Amino acid sequence: MDRLFQAFADATRRDIVRRVTVGEYSVSGLAALYAMSFAAVQKHVAVLERASLVTKEKRGREQIVRANHAGLHKARSLLDEYEVIWRQRTERIADLLAETDPQANEKSAGKAETSEAEA
Amino acid sequence: MTVISSVKNLEALSLSVVAEFDAGVQRVWQIWEDPRQLERWWGPPTWPATFEKHDFVPGGEASYYMTGPDGEKARGWWRFVAIDAPRSLEFDDGFSDDNGEPVAEMGTIHGVVTLEPTGDRTRMTVLSTFETEEQMEKIVAMGMEEGMKGALGQVDAILAEHANA
Repeated sequence: MDRLFQAFADATRRDIVRRVTVGEYSVSGLAALYAMSFAAVQKHVAVLERASLVTKEKRGREQIVRANHAGLHKARSLLDEYEVIWRQRTERIADLLAETDPQANEKSAGKAETSEAEA
Repeated sequence: MTVISSVKNLEALSLSVVAEFDAGVQRVWQIWEDPRQLERWWGPPTWPATFEKHDFVPGGEASYYMTGPDGEKARGWWRFVAIDAPRSLEFDDGFSDDNGEPVAEMGTIHGVVTLEPTGDRTRMTVLSTFETEEQMEKIVAMGMEEGMKGALGQVDAILAEHANA
């Protein structure tokens, strides 16, 4: 259920970012596009704003949402760098898995001997 | 190469990495379950991780620190949200202050790990979702140390070559 909600949330936010990258939208203008409440759309915008992907500005009675191009660019390069971190982690994991653990082997060999001696 | 694919989702500040290992699912599960094995790969060699606590049960917590090249410590906490051994693991990951208290304003990073057998190998998918760019920036700064060092080492080697020529 949580995952389903998350997936819908991701799709909505992706759509919001896609739209505001092309042109500016008011929060109510965005709310009219989705089958959800104004408050729900406002919440998605707030999440995107917090993530530095969009900016929100008051204009009269409207709140105008725009793409934060610098933020989007930075997010992309940070995700690229984070991917490198995970690539390095998986290399270390592969090395760790390739090791034959002499300690563990000795231990299990020791155990086997002990149990034989006991038997 | 162990990584077979990756997907970046800018809007969700998320990264999904799929890797394949030459080991069975039970063996790969141990690298998460056993803190001594976890320590050997979580941090880069220049920022090795030490897990002081690793209560590997749903709702359990872990606390760790990473030690930088100048002896500085970066502390973090985990909370295991769901564990389904040896198939999946879900946890929240955040920063702690010097007293080990979570730093709330840095938010949490949500991790979902899935292990699937593919013949006698194991496919591991790790989905990481951030809340803010600030978190990503801090983690990348710590985690990139090694990559930077490698790149600088190459520059040094090239410079040395030219000096000799």
